[in-house]
Amino acid sequence: MKSHYLEKIFYTQQPYRRLKIIVILLFLILFAIIWALTQGAKAESDTANTTATKEKNSCVECHTQMGEALAHPVEAMQKDVHAEHNLSCADCHGGDPTQFAPELAMNPRKGFIAKPKPKEMAAFCGKCHSDAEFMKKFNPTMRVDQEHEYATSVHGKRVQQGDEKPATCISCHGFHGIKAVNDATSPVYPLNVAATCSGCHANADYMRGYDIPTNQLEKYNHSVHAEALQKKQDLSAPTCNDCHGNHGAAPPGVSAVANVCGTCHSRQAEMFQKSPHNDAFANMGVAGCAVCHSNHEIQTPSDELIGTNDKSACVNCHTQGDAGFAAAATMRGMISELDEQIHDADGLLTKAAKAGMEVSRPQFELQETRNQLVNARVVVHSFSPTTLANAVSPAIESAKKQTEEGKQALVELRNRYKGLGLSLAFIFLAAMSVYLKIRQIENGKNK
Amino acid sequence: MKLTLQSDTLTWLDDRVGIETLKQLAQKKEVPLHRHTIWYYFGGMTLFLFAVQMITGVLLLFYYKPGAETAFESVQYIMADVRFGWLIRSIHSWSANLMIFTMFVHMFSVFLLKAYRAPRELTWVSGSLLFFIILGFGFSGYLLPWNKLAYFATKVGTEIAGVVPIIGQLVLRFLRGGDEVTGATLTRFYGLHVSVLPAITLLLLVAHILFVQRQGMSVPKKFESKKLPTMKFVPNFLLRDVLGWLLVFAALISLATIFPWELGEKADPFAPAPAGIKPEWFFLFMFQTLKLLPAKIGFMDGEVLGALAFGIGGMFWMLVPFLDRKAVNGKNHRLFTILGVIILLYIITMTVWGYLA
Repeated sequence: MKSHYLEKIFYTQQPYRRLKIIVILLFLILFAIIWALTQGAKAESDTANTTATKEKNSCVECHTQMGEALAHPVEAMQKDVHAEHNLSCADCHGGDPTQFAPELAMNPRKGFIAKPKPKEMAAFCGKCHSDAEFMKKFNPTMRVDQEHEYATSVHGKRVQQGDEKPATCISCHGFHGIKAVNDATSPVYPLNVAATCSGCHANADYMRGYDIPTNQLEKYNHSVHAEALQKKQDLSAPTCNDCHGNHGAAPPGVSAVANVCGTCHSRQAEMFQKSPHNDAFANMGVAGCAVCHSNHEIQTPSDELIGTNDKSACVNCHTQGDAGFAAAATMRGMISELDEQIHDADGLLTKAAKAGMEVSRPQFELQETRNQLVNARVVVHSFSPTTLANAVSPAIESAKKQTEEGKQALVELRNRYKGLGLSLAFIFLAAMSVYLKIRQIENGKNK
Repeated sequence: MKLTLQSDTLTWLDDRVGIETLKQLAQKKEVPLHRHTIWYYFGGMTLFLFAVQMITGVLLLFYYKPGAETAFESVQYIMADVRFGWLIRSIHSWSANLMIFTMFVHMFSVFLLKAYRAPRELTWVSGSLLFFIILGFGFSGYLLPWNKLAYFATKVGTEIAGVVPIIGQLVLRFLRGGDEVTGATLTRFYGLHVSVLPAITLLLLVAHILFVQRQGMSVPKKFESKKLPTMKFVPNFLLRDVLGWLLVFAALISLATIFPWELGEKADPFAPAPAGIKPEWFFLFMFQTLKLLPAKIGFMDGEVLGALAFGIGGMFWMLVPFLDRKAVNGKNHRLFTILGVIILLYIITMTVWGYLA
């Protein structure tokens, strides 16, 4: 019946009734359009309001207008790690960026600090960086003890005493344009640390009065560590902060050197600490590892370091006739013997391999012997000929076995050639017989 | 007494297998003599090298252990610890290469002398099938030591098979026994190398040799009308064959001793492919061609087109006796001679280029 009703509306013979319905429909459509437009305008106005609030930053606007040095922070902040996390000027400097009058915007009562003094710097950054609750919003694994550590550093202590020259946070990390530590352009990225520290420490004028050398960078650049870090781009190789600490930077004390080196060279440190040298050096007031290996200019250690020749570090303290001198000679003898045995085995096996002999098994075993030599060089840090002998003796036996296998392979090679010669003689004899047989058959036939 | 015993044995055998008939056949067989007679030796040489492959192959089977975890180690054991293992394996590898070389020479000499013409079409077809099978031996055998080079060569080789439209992926998966070259590929290559391919080869070889025996040696067209001097197959030609075999064997053991076949490093599917990886020399001309083709030719991938072209080329090669219409009528077709020379030069150039690249 409903269909009839609709039919009546649209197909009714009463023209006014149809017109009335059309007008109502038109009004409804018009109302819908107006409502939609109103909603759209409201949304636009909301967005505009939000943007206005967001953009209403008097720090940015005024400093941009002031130009030159005063505009620089605005520009630098574009690439700052803090800006990347939506932090604004006021988050560090305080004040009220919604106000445009300078006295209101930079109101000290609203926490405004224009330029923190060196003494205030650690606390200035520490407002956020020492707040574990706050920092975990950005990086849950981030340290929050930098401020505390800094207070223990030589830099921090001197600054607290009123010296304004030592490093504060911004000396190393920069300001207005601070990069994350793992950003390769950051001054504290491992490859850049030495340059950053030496900015002050290699500057003789700046360091005058502190009574510490200024050639650390020059020495470090010649070290095995710098080679690994800078040439081989091995980011695990140490730079300044790996030994001295970063926020708590301080020269390691005499007793701490073995611990510092031991963070990477753990077995050497363990052996050294059990060795007679540990107490002896401590009593002498000299820093463990550095006595033989130096500190900043650490070279790739060679076997020359141990023994009784001129280049040896042992002869700096030990002299002919004392027990240490004899021990040094014995230990050097053991290391050299193993090295020579490995060299001999390697020569023979390489020669055999080049001639096509299958010697990959003894070559593989020789690699294991080489590892034993590496281990023996570590065991040297026990400074005990007996301990070293326990490490070296089995390795010498292995090297001798591999030398023997190399010799046997070369004997076998000679035998192969002899066998080949003999076989070729037989084959050529057989070939000659066949040839003569052919001639015999064909000559006989020709006759 | 001895003579009687021999003669008794022969009579006994003759009664059962008809030795006398074979003897008569052998005595009747003659080899025509002309300035191209030398090419007749290459078929026999290939056969001799195939026999060497069979013998050394069986000896290797005694120690070889297929499988991703055992293959390399077993070949290493053969090379280092098995008495004369190094010699057997090196002879097997060198002989494989020499056999493929002599097979190429034999095939091209037959092609250029038009020995495929009627009634020897089937001899040619069986020979070309043997050619493809032998290349299959080369491809499958190369992987068996399971070393780095072989692993990646197989990976590349099967990838090329995979680009063929429609059936490519099916072939690739069939060859690899999965999506990647793994231990499953090794065991199936092993199966093909030591069982399927030898069985097919023996069947084809018997057919090929029977065809040759039935039709005798083909004489180049220009000498056909002349009355050519001949040589008895037994013993004159056969003794010459033996002389050649002895010399090749001498070369073979010299190569195997002075340049033992390298084993290399064990295959590591997770290691990056070594730089400048190349297939064996007998596949180099195809590899080099595919390398030189542009990525796109018209609407098709260059590689796909190349793989298809080689497939069609192989088919054309096998069907040459039926396509060379003049040969069917016993005439010389210059175009096919030129084509043969071009193909030969192409293979040589591309192989040298691929080797030096």
